[in-house]
Amino acid sequence: MALNRDFVGRAYTAPTPYEVSRVKIKEFAAAIGDTNPIYVDRAAAAEAGHPDVIAPPTFPIVFSLAGAGEAFADPELGLNFAMVVHGEQRFEYQRPIYAGDQLVCTSTITEIRSVGRNEFLTVQSDVTTPEGELVCRTYNVIVERGGAA
Amino acid sequence: MAATVKYDEVTAGQEIPAVEYPVHRVDLVKYAGASGDFNPIHWNERFAKSVGLPDVIAHGMFTMAQGGRFVTDWAGDPAAVVDYGVRFSSMVVVPDDDKGAVIRVSGVIEEKLEDKRVVVVLTAKSGDSRVLSRARAVVQLS
Repeated sequence: MALNRDFVGRAYTAPTPYEVSRVKIKEFAAAIGDTNPIYVDRAAAAEAGHPDVIAPPTFPIVFSLAGAGEAFADPELGLNFAMVVHGEQRFEYQRPIYAGDQLVCTSTITEIRSVGRNEFLTVQSDVTTPEGELVCRTYNVIVERGGAA
Repeated sequence: MAATVKYDEVTAGQEIPAVEYPVHRVDLVKYAGASGDFNPIHWNERFAKSVGLPDVIAHGMFTMAQGGRFVTDWAGDPAAVVDYGVRFSSMVVVPDDDKGAVIRVSGVIEEKLEDKRVVVVLTAKSGDSRVLSRARAVVQLS
């Protein structure tokens, strides 16, 4: 089923800021098989000039779609999640993410288009501090296979 | 924070040697838990096949993370990666056997930018398939 184009432009802010913890960064680094001590060892992070352990570049995927999840689950959008695969992803950093950061994430559906038999939906997420400092911006394209058939 | 690679010591066109990253089913279970992406196509063979996939496939983000490892290990500091984007062009099929799959990542410095930044273009393959396309990182060198 074609996705509801009325959703383009809608923005969703996660209900609470995401608190970046050392434990979560450690778990994420272990799950991607990355043994870089800078992700787990504060001394190693300090030696590289960082205030605390740093998050791997793809870490924001953990929280950046929390707000958009509400839209994806909305029956009005018409998304069949069983047919969804990931199309594209990008992370654009203003500064690294550190343990202890409180991050507010606002996700906007910026585009829905058909390509062949598939539906492509783009979400842009602005990740900021509670004070409004932009930390990173993520772009996520999901593909609903067969959605446009 | 600083990359260990110096801008003045790299040239456009320079290759970054390939690294192979093995993937087993357990890695996908761990990644599902750590990322919160519990889509059953990444751990349930019966479900994956019921929606037309050949077998369980790796999370695209797991593959992207291996490309991220490749770049951060080369740069020497994860903070040096200021922009990283990919397109998921093919699936990494992970069979339920002792071998699993392998993601082979290599890179080339495509362009030297201003402010000591470079564009690194990645190639990621699993078997004969290119699993990432337009995989590109902007890295802040020293």
